[in-house]
Amino acid sequence: MFGIMASQITGHLSTNSYESIATLSGTGSSGVISFTSIPSTYKHLQLRYIARDTRSTSGGNTIYLTVNGDSSTNYSTHDIEANGASVAAGAETNGTRVNFGVVTSANDGANMYGVGILDILDYQNVNKNKTFRWLSGFDTNGAGLLRFISGAWYNPSTAINRIDLNATSGNWTTASQFALYGIKGA
Amino acid sequence: MASTYTPIATTTLGSAAASYTFSSIPSTYTDLVLVGNASTTVANGSITMQFNGDTGTNYSYTFLYGTGSAAGSSRSSNAQIIGLMGFAAQVPIGDRAMGIAQLQNYSNTSTYKTVLVRNNPSVSSTVEAAVGLWRSTSAINSITILAISGASIASGSTFTLYGIAAA
Repeated sequence: MFGIMASQITGHLSTNSYESIATLSGTGSSGVISFTSIPSTYKHLQLRYIARDTRSTSGGNTIYLTVNGDSSTNYSTHDIEANGASVAAGAETNGTRVNFGVVTSANDGANMYGVGILDILDYQNVNKNKTFRWLSGFDTNGAGLLRFISGAWYNPSTAINRIDLNATSGNWTTASQFALYGIKGA
Repeated sequence: MASTYTPIATTTLGSAAASYTFSSIPSTYTDLVLVGNASTTVANGSITMQFNGDTGTNYSYTFLYGTGSAAGSSRSSNAQIIGLMGFAAQVPIGDRAMGIAQLQNYSNTSTYKTVLVRNNPSVSSTVEAAVGLWRSTSAINSITILAISGASIASGSTFTLYGIAAA
C-alpha cells in the first residue's frame, strides 16, 4: 500500500478514526504551503495532494518538506524511483528538509499534476525521532516518475505542530491542493 | 471534526465476470480509494481500470516492480487502461492478488486525473506500484474494473470503494 494508509493501519478501516484537519490550495503567487497549529489529538497524520509548480521545466520537479520551521541539518531522506525504463535510488543525510517528492511543472502538458501521499507516524510523540513515508509520482503520457521516499526528522523531544511544503522554485498553481488528515489512536 | 474515509460501495463477485463497474459515484468527496482482492480465470490475466466508460487511448502509466531478485520499471503511453493488478507479472489462476488505487481530486474538472496504484499480483511473483494518468478533465463518476488478456475476474473477487472528503 502507499505508505501507511488508513486502511492498512487496522486492516479494516474504522471510518470514524480518520478526520480532515485542513485543506490548502496553491495561490499561484507562493511556492510554500504551510499547515500550522496542527492539533496533537491524533496518533498519525496523512497528507494527500495534487500539485504543479510554475517553474519553467518539465519531467519532474521536487517538492520538499520541513516541520516546525526547522531548517537546520536535522533531516535525512532515502528514495527509490522508477522512470519507466530504469530504477534508481538516492539519499540525503544531514539535510535541511525531507527531500525528493515529485510534482509537475510549467512545461509539462497542460492539466497534468503530480500526486503524493505522505504519512507521519506518531507525530506527537516526544520520545523518538519522527519518520515519514511518502509515495509520489506523475505521468505525462510520454514520461513518468514514481518515487517511494522515507525520511526522518531527528528531534525526538518535540511534537510536530507545523508542516511546510516547498516547491524547489516557482509557485504552486491555483489547482494544486494539499489536504491534511488526522488518524486517531485507540 | 467530521470523520471521513467512508465506504461508498463494495462487491463480491458471485460468478466470474469480464468486468465490474462502480457507477454513479458521488462527487462529494475529494479522493477515492479502490481496494481490490481478486484473481482471474486464465493463467496470465491482468486486472485494470477505465473511468467514465472511456475506452479510448487516453490513459498512460509508469510502474515499478520488484521480483525478489531484481527491480525494474516500464511504462505505457496512449493506453486504453490503467493497471490495477498485474503490471509486470500477471495474476495466476486461483492466486489472490491485491490492488489499491488512490484517485486524488477525482471530481476536479480543471485537471487530468492522476492515480497512484500499489499491487501485489501474486504471492509468488512481484510487488508493484504505478502512477497512472487519465487525460480527461471530467469528474470521475464511474470506475470499470476489467480483466484483460482474455481473462475474466474470478468469482469471489472483492472490490470496495471509499471516499475521503477534505475539510
